[in-house]
Amino acid sequence: MTQYGVVLFYTTSSVMQAEKLLKTEGCSIKLVPTPRQFSSDCGIALRFDWDCREKIKLVLDDAKIEFDAVYFLDKQ
Amino acid sequence: MIYLDNAATSWPKPPEVLKAMTDVLEHAGGNPGRSGHRLSIAAARVVYDTREEIAQFFNISDPQRIIFTSNATHAINLVLRGILKPGDHVVISSIEHNAVMRPLRSLERQGIHLTIVPCAAHGTLDISKFERATGSTTKLIVMTHASNVTGTLLPITEIASIAHRAGALLLVDAAQTAGALPIDVPAMGIDLMAFTGHKELQGPPGIGGLVIADDVEVSQIEPLMRGGTGSRSESDEQPDDLPDKFESGTANLAGIAGLGAGLKWVKDRGVDEIRDHLKKLSQALLDGLSTLPQVRIYGTLDTERAVAIVSFTVAGKSVSEIGLRLDEEYGILSRVGLHCAPAAHKTIVSFPEGTVRLAPGVFTTLEDVQEAIQAIAKVIES
Repeated sequence: MTQYGVVLFYTTSSVMQAEKLLKTEGCSIKLVPTPRQFSSDCGIALRFDWDCREKIKLVLDDAKIEFDAVYFLDKQ
Repeated sequence: MIYLDNAATSWPKPPEVLKAMTDVLEHAGGNPGRSGHRLSIAAARVVYDTREEIAQFFNISDPQRIIFTSNATHAINLVLRGILKPGDHVVISSIEHNAVMRPLRSLERQGIHLTIVPCAAHGTLDISKFERATGSTTKLIVMTHASNVTGTLLPITEIASIAHRAGALLLVDAAQTAGALPIDVPAMGIDLMAFTGHKELQGPPGIGGLVIADDVEVSQIEPLMRGGTGSRSESDEQPDDLPDKFESGTANLAGIAGLGAGLKWVKDRGVDEIRDHLKKLSQALLDGLSTLPQVRIYGTLDTERAVAIVSFTVAGKSVSEIGLRLDEEYGILSRVGLHCAPAAHKTIVSFPEGTVRLAPGVFTTLEDVQEAIQAIAKVIES
């Protein structure tokens, strides 16, 4: 079974920038409403396959995209 | 009908712009960044893609430094109100639009010091005069890239050097030039640039933006408005993150989509090709008008040193009469009067009567220009 993580960002514009970059990197990602257990924010978060987490951090750091945190997503 | 008022707003718009606007409302009509559902995400993608396209177009590496505003005036006010404090010194040219003049006159009453450096009667700027007017207390230089009255281009790169030697920032009003000629913001030394979407970028009215150069410290700019951003919603304080710091309230989604499509149209056609086309048209206007009796043309009369704007008066005839007759009898649409730029008209000595302004656009043809010249000749004769 696939395990997921989420990245939380400070702005919607950063989420969009990250999505565009990560798509070209071949990571399996999906934009989802920010899970309530991680933030009271009303925005969008980026969900990814947990195996991809190191690559995702690398891509975001390289592009200097600020992100709030990366969390492991427990099945509800 | 021949539309020669593209300096006020470009018309017609490319069909792609209209389609992009209806498409986004029909298929991506959520509120970008406010919800996590598919329509909200689709809308946020459209907004981000346009932001990224604009950043590339002006050679800005961080797309988050493109701030959407409702027009160039809004972007100019954002900078002036956001940076200037009592005691700060500001230097401008004498051909600025009221978008610059009016907020600065208001700030003057709140304690900023304003120096207006006079341009020559044909609208060009003496750089040494500008250098002498700039000093250690100068916080900001504000300059139009091209006059909206005569089309005259101002020497932005040289002014940027003067600003930076004095430790000041340069804000450029690119309302008449964005999309009409290539603009490389870092290469020209521009720190902040206000642009509008509805002129040569071929977008709809109601959308514009502020470009913040990659090396400009954002903390020195206070937001003009504060409010909901869809981010950091747990806090009741305005966030410092870009672009949210300066973009409160629901975005003009249809406007942004239209601007994105307009910019794509400009890129596909090629901004150099557009510049060449417009130069040919304004040369034809200058050639034609200069053969007519009683006509006085304002500006440098040099298409290399101007955008495609030609201003003229006719001795013994009021500009409003000329404008009305061109419209009613010949279907030629111009703009007459002071063009929201009384300072510029004082500089070129056409105040308070103003001028007739002809501004061809990307869809104007040489035949249109010839027809306009013939019509003006007939109006002058009778």
